[in-house]
Amino acid sequence: MLKIKNLHARVEDKNILKGIDLNVNAGEVHAIMGPNGSGKSTLASVIAGKEEFEMQKGEITFMDEDISEMDPEERAHKGIFLSFQYPIEIPGVSVTNFIKTAINETRKSKGLEDMPAGKMLKMIKEKADLLEIDRKFLSRSLNEGFSGGEKKRNEIFQMAMLEPKLAILDETDSGLDIDALKVVANGVNKLKSADNAVVVITHYQRLLDYIVPDFVHVLMNGKIVKSGTKELAYELEEKGYDWIKEELV
Amino acid sequence: MSLKEKIVSSYIAFEDHLEDDSPIHELRNEAIKTFETNGFPTKKEEAWKYTSLNSLLKNDYSILPRKADHTIEFKDVKQYFLHDIDTYKIVFIDGVYSSFLSETTHDAVDVCLLSSALSKSKYKSVIEAYFNKAAKQDSLTSLNTAFAKEGAYIHIPKHKEVEKPIEIINFSTGNEAAILLQPRNLIVVGENAHVQIIERHQNLSNNEVLTNSVTEIFAEKRAFVDYYKIQTDNKSASLIDNTFLSQERDSNCNVHTFSFGGKLTRNNLNFFQNGEHCESTLKGITILEDKQHVDHNTLVHHIAPNCESHQDYKGIFDERSTGVFNGKIVVEKDAQKIDAFQQNNNILISDKATINSKPQLEIFADDVKCSHGCTIGQLDEDALFYMRSRGIGTKEARALLMYAFANNVLESVKIPELKRRINKLIADKIGVSLGFEL
Ligand SMILES: Nc1ncnc2c1ncn2[C@@H]1O[C@H](COP(=O)(O)OP(=O)(O)O)[C@@H](O)[C@H]1O
Ligand SMILES: [Mg+2]
Repeated sequence: MLKIKNLHARVEDKNILKGIDLNVNAGEVHAIMGPNGSGKSTLASVIAGKEEFEMQKGEITFMDEDISEMDPEERAHKGIFLSFQYPIEIPGVSVTNFIKTAINETRKSKGLEDMPAGKMLKMIKEKADLLEIDRKFLSRSLNEGFSGGEKKRNEIFQMAMLEPKLAILDETDSGLDIDALKVVANGVNKLKSADNAVVVITHYQRLLDYIVPDFVHVLMNGKIVKSGTKELAYELEEKGYDWIKEELV
Repeated sequence: MSLKEKIVSSYIAFEDHLEDDSPIHELRNEAIKTFETNGFPTKKEEAWKYTSLNSLLKNDYSILPRKADHTIEFKDVKQYFLHDIDTYKIVFIDGVYSSFLSETTHDAVDVCLLSSALSKSKYKSVIEAYFNKAAKQDSLTSLNTAFAKEGAYIHIPKHKEVEKPIEIINFSTGNEAAILLQPRNLIVVGENAHVQIIERHQNLSNNEVLTNSVTEIFAEKRAFVDYYKIQTDNKSASLIDNTFLSQERDSNCNVHTFSFGGKLTRNNLNFFQNGEHCESTLKGITILEDKQHVDHNTLVHHIAPNCESHQDYKGIFDERSTGVFNGKIVVEKDAQKIDAFQQNNNILISDKATINSKPQLEIFADDVKCSHGCTIGQLDEDALFYMRSRGIGTKEARALLMYAFANNVLESVKIPELKRRINKLIADKIGVSLGFEL
């Protein structure tokens, strides 16, 4: 589904990603772990098409199509979803109106009519229930004054509405208490199928108890330095990242 | 002959046709002298530093209104009315009253014409009590006073709540190559009376129009005035709007100004709070492109204690458009415990667009709460990326941000139908229609 080869990217004149290789197939869950500042969010942003980051070298294909030159909205239309580490506040636009616009814009790109209002409402209700989101919440301005946890839950709500093929969850667990974490993880698992894939970026092994990865990768200093199965996550939790650094030298 | 000379000589012809016993005869004579002495304002004056009238003054305007040869069909101008709801209408075509398009009343309230109020003796006491009493005696206001003859006359007696909005619409047809229009509106809202008014100027041709309008609004004790100015004229029309609100105690006055059109627009909006516990709200959304220019020059004069004023102006400027916001707040020595708030936020879409924003605070009382803030920025790139990553195209994402930016001004529009219209006008202006209303 997603194939990344020898990806180098920088912002301004700072090299951040220094040769990333990653293959994600349909039906798989991948976890990317690594210390702060190692380039995890940058990788997610580059996949989603943030123009600020300059791709210097390498390839990104999605469903066998080169996406490296595509606009972010085009990538979204193809089924890529990024749950932001720091969701942006958009005062004046309600959660409901925002998601309606996102869905109808995606439909428009496929030559489809707007989703009928009744169907939209039903879907909103269903997904809000799945993530235990209060209706009142949906008429609030997007992310404005939301707590950290509310923002993350809202990101997953949007994901549930958009039903992407590839979901990248950037530190979705930060800001969530354990109960909220379970709700969100349960939501992600419900949406999981043999046709879609999830990449979970996290600091902590905790989330991986609920969203169980098939593969775990360690990103350090702009490179994937180690890959393994979910046991690797336990090892990292226990021993930190220093031993990997030592292994590398 | 310069425009000023032409105006002064037209005045003589104009006055000849009026009866000498008009209650404002003397005022007119004084006013033309003030204009003759001062002329049109120039950029040398501090208040006109960023707005030049020069290019407008070159046109050979026809000064005295003449009835259009042809009539306007309602269906051709329907779009400029709030036609989905019932309203009173006072309509002028090239400065001349159109009884055909208007819907006036004398039933409990007076919604009619200044020309009749000036000529009929039963209105004499109101004219004497209010006419030209709030207006400043500056050059442009004086120019209007000198030729004051026609406009809206609205008198709401005390305790009366007008059941439907009043629309004041000034059309110009282009039957003159260039025309100077000077509507003069007088609005008196009695004690505890309520009124909603919508004012609009619309050029129906591409001929040059310069409007120098003066509106005086008097809000008596506990009166409630909700006033909307829709400035979406075409780009051959310019407007100098001089509006004066004089508030007595416990009155509440709101003016919303939506400036999306026109070539040059200058809003001189002046509030005077004469009694305690007044509330004044001044809000505006300005969205410009091309070489459009809008200058908001506001004054809130706090004369009495325990009053509030709120100003919130949002501007979005594209291409080579220019905006000016000059917000003056004066708090007199006796006006203690004033809460005066002023906010002006701007987004420059193009690097060729300009905004000059300047607060001016003159505070002589010591126990006041006065805050002001001004921001100038671009559309937030991170917000754009966030929306685009959810599948919303660049153009729509930008539009959504612009709507969101302007939303808290729109929010306080109290006539739902009007709000819907303004939403549509914004959508037309930025070329994107959202699938929902804010
Ligand atoms: N817009 C930016 N401008 C400059 N430096 C950036 C920018 N975004 C990220 N960086 C830098 O790139 C490095 C990787 O950041 P990031 O991808 O956010 O790491 P992580 O998500 O792994 O914590 C950090 O050193 C960070 O400071
Ligand atoms: Mg990060």
